[in-house]
Amino acid sequence: MYDIEGIYQAKNVQDAIAALVRQPDAVVISGGSDVLIRIREGKLAGCRLVSIHNIPELKEIYREADGTIVIGPGAAFSHITKDRLIQTWIPVLGEAVDMVGGPQIRNIGTIGGNVCNGATSADSASTLFTLNAVLELAGPDGVRQVPIAEFYTGPGRTVRCREEILTAIRIAKKDYKDFFGKYIKYGKRNAMEIATLGCAVHVKLAKAREGAVQTGMYAPQDKKYVEELRIAYGVAAPTPVRCRETERKAAGMPVGPELIAMVGKSVLEEVNPRSSWRASKEFRVQLVEEMAKRALTEALVRAGVPEDVLNPEHTPNNIQNDTRKYAENDAGNQAENDAENHTKDSKREEKRAGGERNA
Amino acid sequence: MLKIIHMTVNGKLREIAVDERESLLDTLRNRLDLTSVKKGCEVGECGACTVLVNGEAIDSCIYLTVWAEGKHILTVEGLQGPNGELSPIQRAFVEEAAVQCGFCTPGLILTAVELVGTGKRYTREELKKQISGHLCRCTGYENILNAMERIVAEQSSLTLEEKQ
Amino acid sequence: MGVGAKSVRVDAYAKVTGQAKYTADMMPKDALCAKVIHSTIANGWVKGFHLEEALKVPGVVKIVTCFDVPDIQFGTPGHPWSVEAAHQDVQDRKILNQRVRLYGDDIAAVVAEDEVAASRAARLIGVEYEELPPIPEVEEAMAPDAPVLHEEKPGNVLVHSRLTVGEGDFEKSTSGEEGLLILEKTYRTQRVQHCHLELPVSFAYRDGNGKIVIVSSTQIPHIVRRVVGQALGIGWGQVRVIKPYIGGGFGNKQDVLYEPLNAFLCLQVGGRCVKMEISREETFVSTRVRHAITCHVKAAVRPDGTLVARKLDAYSNQGGYASHGHAIVANLANVFKQLYQDEKGMEADSYTVYTSSATGGAMRGYGIPQADFVTEAMTEDLARMLHMDPLEYRLKNCMREGYKDPHTGITFHSYGLKACIEKGREVIHWDEKRREYENQSGPVRRGIGMAIFCYKTGVHPISLETASCRMVLNQDGSIQLQMGATEIGQGADTVFTQMAAETLGFSEDKVYIISAQDTDVTPFDTGAYASRQTYVSGMALKQTAQILKGKILAYAEEMLKRPAEGMDISDNCIVDAKTKDALLSMEELATEAFYSLSHSVHITAESTVHCKDNTFASGVCFAEVEVDMPFGQVKVLRILNVHDSGILINPKLAEAQVHGGMSMGLGYGLSECLMYDKNGRPLNGNLLDYKLPTAMDTPHLEVEFVELEDPTGPYGNKALGEPPAIPVAPALRNAVLHATGVAIDSLPMDPQKMVAAFQEAGLI
Repeated sequence: MYDIEGIYQAKNVQDAIAALVRQPDAVVISGGSDVLIRIREGKLAGCRLVSIHNIPELKEIYREADGTIVIGPGAAFSHITKDRLIQTWIPVLGEAVDMVGGPQIRNIGTIGGNVCNGATSADSASTLFTLNAVLELAGPDGVRQVPIAEFYTGPGRTVRCREEILTAIRIAKKDYKDFFGKYIKYGKRNAMEIATLGCAVHVKLAKAREGAVQTGMYAPQDKKYVEELRIAYGVAAPTPVRCRETERKAAGMPVGPELIAMVGKSVLEEVNPRSSWRASKEFRVQLVEEMAKRALTEALVRAGVPEDVLNPEHTPNNIQNDTRKYAENDAGNQAENDAENHTKDSKREEKRAGGERNA
Repeated sequence: MLKIIHMTVNGKLREIAVDERESLLDTLRNRLDLTSVKKGCEVGECGACTVLVNGEAIDSCIYLTVWAEGKHILTVEGLQGPNGELSPIQRAFVEEAAVQCGFCTPGLILTAVELVGTGKRYTREELKKQISGHLCRCTGYENILNAMERIVAEQSSLTLEEKQ
Repeated sequence: MGVGAKSVRVDAYAKVTGQAKYTADMMPKDALCAKVIHSTIANGWVKGFHLEEALKVPGVVKIVTCFDVPDIQFGTPGHPWSVEAAHQDVQDRKILNQRVRLYGDDIAAVVAEDEVAASRAARLIGVEYEELPPIPEVEEAMAPDAPVLHEEKPGNVLVHSRLTVGEGDFEKSTSGEEGLLILEKTYRTQRVQHCHLELPVSFAYRDGNGKIVIVSSTQIPHIVRRVVGQALGIGWGQVRVIKPYIGGGFGNKQDVLYEPLNAFLCLQVGGRCVKMEISREETFVSTRVRHAITCHVKAAVRPDGTLVARKLDAYSNQGGYASHGHAIVANLANVFKQLYQDEKGMEADSYTVYTSSATGGAMRGYGIPQADFVTEAMTEDLARMLHMDPLEYRLKNCMREGYKDPHTGITFHSYGLKACIEKGREVIHWDEKRREYENQSGPVRRGIGMAIFCYKTGVHPISLETASCRMVLNQDGSIQLQMGATEIGQGADTVFTQMAAETLGFSEDKVYIISAQDTDVTPFDTGAYASRQTYVSGMALKQTAQILKGKILAYAEEMLKRPAEGMDISDNCIVDAKTKDALLSMEELATEAFYSLSHSVHITAESTVHCKDNTFASGVCFAEVEVDMPFGQVKVLRILNVHDSGILINPKLAEAQVHGGMSMGLGYGLSECLMYDKNGRPLNGNLLDYKLPTAMDTPHLEVEFVELEDPTGPYGNKALGEPPAIPVAPALRNAVLHATGVAIDSLPMDPQKMVAAFQEAGLI
């Protein structure tokens, strides 16, 4: 039994905001996998809860007419991973949240909670950083949009006010279209783990000559260039961080071992991992470089760059296996990339785009 | 403060008064005597309290009962046939020697029910991932995976036959 | 049927249906809830409490502090009592302690109507301490000016013991000879926790007879009874302990954890039922751990590979209380001694040192996982120094057939060690792999390693070995089987059922084992520990079954007017001993015996075995790994345990038992470690931060056996319960060494440590 003074089950977002305003000591609870634990630890014992657990509108995932993907923050991790839109357009996010805790936690924990905790270790965060996600916060004074890069203010702290509810995570088409990515979670075990370090990469390559990708052939003259690289870390600093200087340096570089080496070294200038009992700074620094190289390599492979071009001497067997499996999936994505041929989903998109959402 | 909750537990619609501070684990064990739901950590780290809510495995220790209004809950007490016969999943656990101290067993069986419910085939590696939210100190997971592999194969082939 | 069958567990049906009742499942609904208050300093004194605010919390019934408990010191280990004072366990704690000796020491307790009230009150209790410097590590505790944790032991050394073999003087054995290769190293093992899935839980009430009844998740109900009696200063018979199904113990519940406090609290509230559910966090901090042991070793080998002499100095971190105490490191020294034969001799000094940290107790393997890490890492390093195949080195120097311990007299009655090594060599393709993995480059490398072990089965002659069994024939020709020995998940009930069926000539479905132990009903047995039950309790069972069978045949003689000697029991029937023809069903015989108007007799048997024998089990682990050096990660490609455990009573359960031990060994080798800050405060005492392997961290576990009949085992059997956990960590360590050339000399081989080592070696 939890030591709480009471729980108010909000019917909708406005109801939740009103309840939070009414009860100045109340705390929002969504999936519960974090808040309940803090109650049990005594940190939040005796609090009041405003539950947004069963608000259907917060769980939806849809695509707006302009291609913006909107993720309801109440969506459970496993639902995100299984969602067809996510699988089609931003598979890396589905993979990243598939690494949270274990299956039971993923059936209950929500992406909104993951973000709102303000933890640098959140598995969704670094990927959302590389997707330039925009967070929609609704409060008593209205709705505001906050780019995720401006959301975190310190360990466990965000710009969200207590009375505000995260109502949507928005990812614009320009931020995912033609990007290929990879999230690596480094943990001490392979499940039930908080990241020792997380690294997300998204990369968009400058168009190769016509036909090169489709045929799967890759001749030296087809050499690709980085049009845009995005790389972000969790646990490499008190908040998730983007490595923007590295990204600038990478833009325009040809794809190859030099690029990977440069990124691996350059990120070290942009992160600030700390020593804690969980891991030393020295260890995290080693991982920062290695994970950048591995995540970028994998993202490039997914983007269609043959492995031998990258010549990654550091690629262990398991990652190679992973890559092969992935190449098949991505073939489908590639073909589908620009074709607006959804049936079921597109109807919902239209409905959504039609302005039903006024909340 | 007590609150009336309606939920379908092991196929039966129940109307029960619960303390709104209760976890689903508390309610199932203390009010409904479904003691197969085990308490091992109270923070969603061991999986011993796993139950299915609307067909999905969750840690009932970090799930408030008030959230279960109108939902379907399954525990292993709801798996046996009308004459007490074991479900194929339970039988696989028995026959593959997947049970030792038995404390993680009910939760794992429910995860198996969830997986079988998907109708998919799973590789052993995929099964490992699917049971990674259950800690077991007795078995090294080896015979549990054997039981899971067997049941997933049996059930998916059953479905195929039925289709034919 | 019977011994050697792959019978299904007798409790499997109950466990997959939720019918199996564990302690918490049986709690009365109106039980009061107790919560322990733990110290928030690691060393010092409780000077006083502020209870006013806590007592105001609605629902609080009683708060008891360390100033309220009997002034009686008691010991908690699950050892048989000794009637000789010199061999009695160290009695160094009270039910609640004013003298705080570890972070998380038990200093007070709240009894309340429900858990929320208890927790609220617990948070409001103020404690005043007089603090002393924390001394969580051995070096700190042995420093000359270190604060003394127990006034009976100035200097904080609980025990120092020394044993020698042969010349027993390393310097002397090595000084005269030219050309010896000398290895000198320090190996360290860490504190780990049992992590049984069921937490320590109990409830206690006073019954109509004035007895205190304690229902508890314990491995050792009869010892709990004795210790509760001692701790409360009451007659042992005034205490009744009931043990239902338990969700694992692994040695932690071979200690009397919170039953004395539970009984005391029950009496403090007038005998009302009080429940104690110890949380996972408390279990990590305040129950027991595996001892961290540091070993400084020296060894001398001749270039031809002969082991000449060894020296061991072992320091065992005991933590705040003695618990199992020196028995652990003494066991370590023994296996260090036994596993290899030194041509000239060996010497070992062992120290058990009180520190202000979690108390070391029993844990699966009882000092031998530590011993095997030290011994087998050292052995590997010696073979490497000699440029000798480590398997060949082991064959040359390991303990031999017929080995008899010079100190304890324990004898290797059925010797399968070398057969295990050879079997594993073949299955794992040792020779091919050793060659294949030579001369690798690059950041990801593979290697193969091994470790052997030996393990004594019971505790004779170090402690008493005694066990009882009772059998009662029912009217339908079935029996009730009652053991004092306990089922703790390992499958004891099933193998006892098979043994009874085997000796009686019954089918297993005619044997009803009563799983729960109740000290007022069940015959005496010291409980589930060591790897003793199939061996020692199995002897009691066999003897009792023979007595029962004799009585049955005697009654058959009466009924059938044939001499008993010419008859036998087979398949639930009295049969002609020669022709095996059925003469009378057991049901007919039993019904007649109950209700006969001429001679009614209730056929039962009960007997005790005082076992004065012991034997070694042995085996080997082979591990093939892939080391990802930039990530510091070890991927286990193959892992194989080969066991010499005598005749297997149930091969399917035996294999399952090995799986579990291997998994525990994998955690020990790669990820598990209880961590403390400099103030002695635990850092990772929960199942998220303490890295128990999940299914995704566990490779396929391969198991082989070499089945040799042990002449001393009741059914040719010997130890199996603990051995599987022993050799895994050193085998992994040696495989990493083979892959990378880097010797990791402390456990666990976690990624951070590995990365640092690879960086130092210039490999990354």
